[in-house]
Amino acid sequence: MPFSVYLTTNSHNGHAAMLIRRPTDILPSEITSPELYRDRRRFLAQSTALALAAALPAGLARAAGQSLGPLAKSPYSIGETPTPYKAVTTYNNFYELGTDKADPAENTHRLKPAPWTLRVEGLVNKPRTFSIEELLKLAPLEERIYRMRCVEGWSMVIPWVGFPLASLLKLVEPQGSAKYVEFVSHYDRSTMTRGVLEWPYNEGLRLDEARHPLTLLAVGLYGEVLPVQNGAPIRLVVPWKYGFKGAKSLVTLRLTEKQPITAWMKAGPSEYGFYSNVNPEVDHPRWSQATERRIGEFSKRKTLMFNGYADQVASMYTGMDLRRFF
Amino acid sequence: MTPTTPQLGAIKTALFALCLVPAFLLWRGLEMDTLGANPIEALTRATGEWTLRFLLITLTVTPLRKYSGWHWLVRLRRMLGLFAFAYGVTHLLTYVWLDQFFDWHAIVKDILKRPFITVGFAALVLMTPLAATSFNAAIRKLGGRRWQALHRAIYPIAVMGCVHFWWLVKKDITEPLIYALITAALLGLRAWWREQERRKQLAGGYLPQPRFESKVIKIFE
Repeated sequence: MPFSVYLTTNSHNGHAAMLIRRPTDILPSEITSPELYRDRRRFLAQSTALALAAALPAGLARAAGQSLGPLAKSPYSIGETPTPYKAVTTYNNFYELGTDKADPAENTHRLKPAPWTLRVEGLVNKPRTFSIEELLKLAPLEERIYRMRCVEGWSMVIPWVGFPLASLLKLVEPQGSAKYVEFVSHYDRSTMTRGVLEWPYNEGLRLDEARHPLTLLAVGLYGEVLPVQNGAPIRLVVPWKYGFKGAKSLVTLRLTEKQPITAWMKAGPSEYGFYSNVNPEVDHPRWSQATERRIGEFSKRKTLMFNGYADQVASMYTGMDLRRFF
Repeated sequence: MTPTTPQLGAIKTALFALCLVPAFLLWRGLEMDTLGANPIEALTRATGEWTLRFLLITLTVTPLRKYSGWHWLVRLRRMLGLFAFAYGVTHLLTYVWLDQFFDWHAIVKDILKRPFITVGFAALVLMTPLAATSFNAAIRKLGGRRWQALHRAIYPIAVMGCVHFWWLVKKDITEPLIYALITAALLGLRAWWREQERRKQLAGGYLPQPRFESKVIKIFE
């Protein structure tokens, strides 16, 4: 040891004093040079990194927070200010990781987003299982700044990163009889919430809704890899519908002829319908949907028809009684 | 064990400070922005839950007194009940002010149209005469028996509080269920006491005890 620290008491005034003394018996040659010290540190750091990299499966290198590289801008993005990253990643409804909104961010260890595969099956000519690496290269990644309106009456603006679901559907070639797409989320009974809803979580869209250019498969937000609590590694985003339609951590897409019965429809058929389009005129049976609180804002704002996407999507519902098909 | 008057004063002061702790923590959370992404919802939720907790704590005083023999505990009951009311008023204020921002049209519509808000609002309205008759003069004026009959409104109030909570949650009813079970236990206990008393009466060995009238005066002297 090159230095020693001694604690002594000064006998004259009674106060304790710290003396730092270099004992004379250490030769300067015995002291580690700063260069060598730094080299050792570097070696340790490098070997730890190598050992970690070797121990982990390849996909796990894509961790939340990692940049997704240059992204194409999209004309579908809105001009509103995105909700702060912290709010987007700490205020989540992801019941599999806990029913309190702060839970998912605290329980990210319960879901391993790599390795990951997404199976596309059902009424398609080319059923296929995609690895997450394949999905990331399937179409150019775009940034889509969308409104997100929760059925509970709050909203955010989220800069998603992803690609249109339509690009994926094209690859599997839906058959003429396919009318709906069912989305199934990952569920692991040993680590995730039991009860509350029927697991695994599932959602559904009509095929034309699924093919709509606004419908997104998101793999990131804020230019970075999607955090677990937001539905890593890949989730659905349907901006004109209530947030729960955006099934997280997708493992299966199934094209069907019959309308899927979704997790929320099973949980409360009188409260949650298949369509779940954002509609200020159709209230939730227990609360109003006329207004919403944008996270970070003090006053409430008026909820917009189809969450402000009426121009793009309203034509899909012409002639439909939206009170009946809620 | 019965504390002396100065001891009881000290206990009351300590309890008062303790009852203020949740309010203080919420205030600090609001100032330091640690209530999460939706502080208004967090505040509304917390004040509502504290109202229910204080109601249940108030309802625990009598069983506790009965089984421990510490009859002086009842002297803390008024303060606990008033705190329940104070947190309830704060809860209503967060809704009227922070949540709806004095949009009276929307508020009235909500109260009439949303059963969970109707029940919650009715519970708070019912609490008001209880808080208003909590002082000694009111007790004397009403007379112990009538005063007690009025204050038994806390039973339906607690039930309504639980229903209010139950109806507002989206799906996970764990928390409202816990409150409902505690409420059921506290009210069930009283029903059981009543039944015991009735049986005693039927058995003929019952002598009416002047327990309530005399106690009420003594408690709030």
